[in-house]
Amino acid sequence: MNKPNTSSDRLARLLALVPYVVSRASVALDEAAAAFGVTEKQLIDDLNLLWCVELRAPDPYCPIDLSYEGGEITVSEAESIARPLRLKVDEAGALLVALRMLAEIGDPRDRDALSRVIVKLENAAGAAAAAVSSQVSVQVDVKADQAGAMPARVRDAIARGRRLHLTYYVPARDENTERDVDPMRLLVVDGQAYLEGWCRRAEAVRLFRVDRIVELSVLEVPAQVPEEAEPLDVRTGRLFRPSPDDIRVTFELTPAGRWVADYYPCESVEELGEGRLRVVLRTPDQRWVRGLALRLGDQGRITGPAGLAEAVRDEAARALAGYETAGV
Amino acid sequence: MSRRKTERLLNLVVCLLATRRYLTAEQIRRAVPGYPDSGDAFKRMFERDKEELRELGVPLEVGSEDGGEAGYRIPPQDYELPEIHLTPDETAVLGLAARVWQQASLAEAASGALLKLRAAGIDTSETDSLGIEPRVDTDEPAFPALWEAVKGAYPVAFDYQGIGRTAAARRHVEPWGVVSRRGRWYVVGFDTDRQGTRVFRLSRITGEVVPDGPAGSVTVPDGVDIRKIAFERSEAPAEPRTATVRLRAGAAQGLRRWAAEVHRTGGEWDEATLTFGEAERFAPHLARFGADVVVLDPPDLRDAVIQQLKSVLAGHER
Repeated sequence: MNKPNTSSDRLARLLALVPYVVSRASVALDEAAAAFGVTEKQLIDDLNLLWCVELRAPDPYCPIDLSYEGGEITVSEAESIARPLRLKVDEAGALLVALRMLAEIGDPRDRDALSRVIVKLENAAGAAAAAVSSQVSVQVDVKADQAGAMPARVRDAIARGRRLHLTYYVPARDENTERDVDPMRLLVVDGQAYLEGWCRRAEAVRLFRVDRIVELSVLEVPAQVPEEAEPLDVRTGRLFRPSPDDIRVTFELTPAGRWVADYYPCESVEELGEGRLRVVLRTPDQRWVRGLALRLGDQGRITGPAGLAEAVRDEAARALAGYETAGV
Repeated sequence: MSRRKTERLLNLVVCLLATRRYLTAEQIRRAVPGYPDSGDAFKRMFERDKEELRELGVPLEVGSEDGGEAGYRIPPQDYELPEIHLTPDETAVLGLAARVWQQASLAEAASGALLKLRAAGIDTSETDSLGIEPRVDTDEPAFPALWEAVKGAYPVAFDYQGIGRTAAARRHVEPWGVVSRRGRWYVVGFDTDRQGTRVFRLSRITGEVVPDGPAGSVTVPDGVDIRKIAFERSEAPAEPRTATVRLRAGAAQGLRRWAAEVHRTGGEWDEATLTFGEAERFAPHLARFGADVVVLDPPDLRDAVIQQLKSVLAGHER
């Protein structure tokens, strides 16, 4: 956690720090620093600042009594700020939208806990946050609620530490592949589920889209994820890293073909006027791009590389020839 | 960062929380260390401080004692997070939820919430793993402004480049909600120019989303299902029809997954039965497989695929 250290961030931290210590009676310095994502030195600076709170209020008051001797923080006489500040609409809203999305996955393992925590948070946060969180939502295409649902089976295998055998459809190559995978995590990114695991065929960490798993069997073999297996950086958009072997393909799109820019990550997008676009896609797979050009029809065309445009032309010509011989 | 400012703001919060009476600006100046003596300098500084506290979510109440000069206080019951107790399984899913957002402003909001909940005695650990890691992100520039608009219930205006349109057009919308599916984000609302419900894709919004009316002026009509509007096609779905296609043996795996039936002939071609709606919409999905698929029936689907392939040929003419 790397936070910008503005006065108001710091004030927010101080207002949370007092109740954090009060609710726990006493807290070790290092533990508190970790919980707040600051260094011990910064934390001591915060504590010194709190200690300076000095009031000349017209009402009777008690100055905050605070100590961090021996590395243990204790706070007393901090009544007015002994409770944390209530959640802002954004704060509660962000959590509630996320919780509702988790609930939609519908895994029986978490279902009860999720519905309880949503109610508690709504009660604590108030109507405004509940309203916003009902207006912003993320559709989940992962359904784990049916018995034997794929995501639930993957999670079971992870919990039991078992190796999986997959028949996996690779759309780019339009083929089914067979492989053994030692599962690591079930990722749900933007509503799609992925199995992250050590692929024994590739001898590397791989992601498998759960809806492309044609068949899955849990092997009675313990999963062995090697030490060097690094979980992928799951920040969205980084799941699919461009590779140096990628080819760059340029498309010119009509206004009706603009959807390509929405659906696929483009290296560049250039307006050509009249709603037309020029986009450059990067892909490791020529077959997939040829398929895209065939799907686009009159909505767009490949302008480069020339060899690829030619391949698309040939493919279309061969397909048309199929209709001549097929008769009817 | 100014330590003196943080100290002053902290003193201000403690002072206004401790008082039951409304304190006038002058009483505050005398009670809270760190304010200048000069009237104007104090006024400016105090105004900024009030604004900062409001942004932090500190509820400042304005009122007066016996109709006198306006004063301020923070009612503790409005300031304090209500008691909240979570069981360990609830805490674990909450920790998971706090990691969901990758989008900058909501990720910050979620960790701010977690900080307060930790302060309330709830121990969430960053490393709790439930075997599942959900993530949601959006780098759509329009997202933060639309989140604010939904939160504040005010209309917005933006330029929108629709599919099939030759230029972007100014749109005026009362936003009802923002939804996402497969990483793509949509705003649903009432289009005041076109007097109807509309769905806009955030990626097609060009330029800034600006407020276009007073806060609190948008109400979501009862019974509106935002996701249904966004994701379900408004026109009635076409009657399902059956197509017969030839698939090259061993190829077109994508279509085989979709097929109702596949007859293996043992020869060069297999024959499959597929269900589809409209020929025009379905043709591109068949054309994608090029020479590995030949449509036998019905004729309109067959013609649509041939037409599609001809336009590909024309588009890539040497």
